[in-house]
Amino acid sequence: MNTFLTIEDLTVTLGTSCPILRSVNLKVKAEEVRGLVGESGAGKSMIGKAVFGTLPTALRITSGRIILDGEDLQSLSPRERRRIIGAKAALIPQDPLTALNPSRRIGPQITNRLVDILGWHKADARLRALELLDEVHIPEPERVMRSYPHELSGGMRQRILIASAFAAKPKLIIADEPTTALDVIVQKQVLQMTKEMQKRHGTALLFVTHDLGVVSKICQSITVLYNGLVLEDTSIAQFFKQPSHPYSAALLRATPKYTDPDSSLMPVPSAVIRAADEEVRACDRIHQNV
Amino acid sequence: MTRIKRILLRLLTMSITLFGVAVIVFFVIRVVPGNPISMMLPPGAQEEDIARLQALYGFDRSIPEQFFIWLSGVMQGDLGTSITTHQPVLGLVLSRLPATLELSVVALFLAVFIGGFLALASTRMRGTRVEGMIDVANGMALSIPDFLWGLVLVLLFGVLWPVFHISGRISPTLDFQFQTKFYLFESVMRLRFDIWLDLVSHMFLPALALAIPLAAIIAQLLKQSLKETMHLDYVTLSRTKGYGENHVIIQEALPNAILPTLTLVGVQFTFLIGGTVIIERLFSYEGLGNMAIDAVINRDLPLIQGIVILFALIFTIVNLAVDLTYAALNPKLRHG
Repeated sequence: MNTFLTIEDLTVTLGTSCPILRSVNLKVKAEEVRGLVGESGAGKSMIGKAVFGTLPTALRITSGRIILDGEDLQSLSPRERRRIIGAKAALIPQDPLTALNPSRRIGPQITNRLVDILGWHKADARLRALELLDEVHIPEPERVMRSYPHELSGGMRQRILIASAFAAKPKLIIADEPTTALDVIVQKQVLQMTKEMQKRHGTALLFVTHDLGVVSKICQSITVLYNGLVLEDTSIAQFFKQPSHPYSAALLRATPKYTDPDSSLMPVPSAVIRAADEEVRACDRIHQNV
Repeated sequence: MTRIKRILLRLLTMSITLFGVAVIVFFVIRVVPGNPISMMLPPGAQEEDIARLQALYGFDRSIPEQFFIWLSGVMQGDLGTSITTHQPVLGLVLSRLPATLELSVVALFLAVFIGGFLALASTRMRGTRVEGMIDVANGMALSIPDFLWGLVLVLLFGVLWPVFHISGRISPTLDFQFQTKFYLFESVMRLRFDIWLDLVSHMFLPALALAIPLAAIIAQLLKQSLKETMHLDYVTLSRTKGYGENHVIIQEALPNAILPTLTLVGVQFTFLIGGTVIIERLFSYEGLGNMAIDAVINRDLPLIQGIVILFALIFTIVNLAVDLTYAALNPKLRHG
C-alpha cells in the first residue's frame, strides 16, 4: 500500500534548545485513518503545523524529513512547498466558528484553492463545491454558497470545512481536533461525515484528538505522543486489547466509562508519568551526544 | 419600513446636533470681548453713530431675540449678511467650500494611501528591521502636529529645494476660466492636465501636512489589527491551502482588519478638516479655514456663524458616511 505521509525523525525546537517534538516518526498510508493522541501540550497539533509549514515563527524544524506523497517537503523552495501542500494535503480545523473568513461568502472560500492554486475554471470549481456540499448533506447548497459564515450554525460550518478539505482530492487530510468545539450530538454527525468522506475518496487521514472514544470509533491505527515523544505506535485492536506502553494503559484506564457513571475518575499514576519523563530525558541525552 | 425609520432618526439627531452647535456658537461669540461695531468706527465716534450702526445690524436687540431672527433666516436658507464685505454669508461660504473640500479629500486620500501602505509593509516584514524603522517614523509623525509639519514642508520643499508652490491655490499667471469652484476636479474633467499639475503642485504640501499625522494613526491602528487578524484560524487555514504571504495579508486579513481603522478614520477626518483652518492660513490657500480666521479677526459675527454651521454640517455628514460604509463592509450589520 502507498504511504502518503512519512515523517522521519522530526525534531522541532523552541529557540535553540527547548524541544517541542522529539525525533518523531509517523506514517499514514493510503486509505488509513490514524489517530494521534496525547495530552494538551504534547505537541499533537505541532505535527500538523510542521507538515503545513504554519509553525509559529519561534519554532524551528531542527532535523528530520517530511515526505508527502513521495515529495520531500523540506527540500523544496517555500513557493513549491506551498503549491504541493495546497494540492495534496488539506486541514480540517478545530473551531468551525473561527475557521471561516467572516467577510467572505462560503462559495469562494471552498472554491478559492481550486481556482487560485490548482488553476481550475471557476464554473468547474463551483460544480465541485456544490457536489461536495451535497455529499456532506448540506441542504440547499446553492443558497449556502451565497451565505456568510455568521448565517450558518456551527455544525453546518464544520461540515462545510470538511467538504472544503476534500475539494482538491487531497492525498492526506489532517483533522486537528475537529469535534472539540461541537456538542456531543453534532460531534457524532461530524465524525460519521468525516469517516464517510474519507472512505469515499480513499484519503489518508491523520486525526488529532485527545478523545480515545473518538479514536476507537474511526481510527485503524494510533500514535501516542507524550511531551513531544512518540511512546506507542500500533493498530487500534492491539491498542485497546493490550497497549505496550504503561502510559497508554494508564490513559485507557483514565477514560471515563459511561456504562458505569458511579466509578471515580482514574488519573494517570505519578509513577507512570515519572517513567515517561525519564524516557523523554533519555531521548534528549542521546541527541545531545550526537 | 425600519430602514426609512432609521434614516429619519439619523436625520433628526443630525439636526439636533446642528441646532446645539448653532446655539453655542451664537452665544459664545457675543459674550467674548470685542464687537464688530467698534472695529468699524474710528476712535472717538459719536454715541448716536454707534447706536445707529448697532440698530442697522440688529445688535440693539437682546441676544435671544437676535438668535431667533437669525435662526428663522437660517431655516429659509439665509445665513445673514457679512459685516465686512456686505455680501450674503451663504454665497461667501459656498464660494470657499469647494477649495477646502478638495484640500481635505486629497489629504484624506494621501493619508489612507501612505498609512495603508506602511501598515501592509510592516505586516509583511514583521520582525525585520523595516518594521522597526516604520514604527520609529510613525512615532515621529504622531508627535508633531499638522501645522508644524506644514512649516517643515515649507522649509524643505519651498525654500531649501523649491519643487512645490507654497502659497495660494493656483498660479495667478494662468489664464483659465473655471466654470465651477472645484478647480482640481474641473481641470481633470476638461482634460487640462497642465492646469491640474499647477493645482496639484500648490495643493500637495498643505495636503501632505494635513495627511502626515492621520497617516501615522492609520498605519499604527491598521498594523495592530492586522497583527491580531493574522493569528486567526481562517488565516492559518488559507495558508494550508497553499496561499503565500501577500495573498493572506491582502485577501484574508485586510478586509476584516480594516473595520476598526475605518471608524477611526471617520473621526480623524473631522479633525483633519478642522486642521485646514491653520494649514490654509499657513499656505495662503483660499479656503473656508482662511476665511474663518479673517472673520474672527474682523469680528464678522454672521460670517463666523455661517462657517461654523457649515463645518458642523460637514462633520455630521462625514460621520453618517462612515457609518454607512461600515455597514457595507461588515456583512453582520447589513441585515441588523
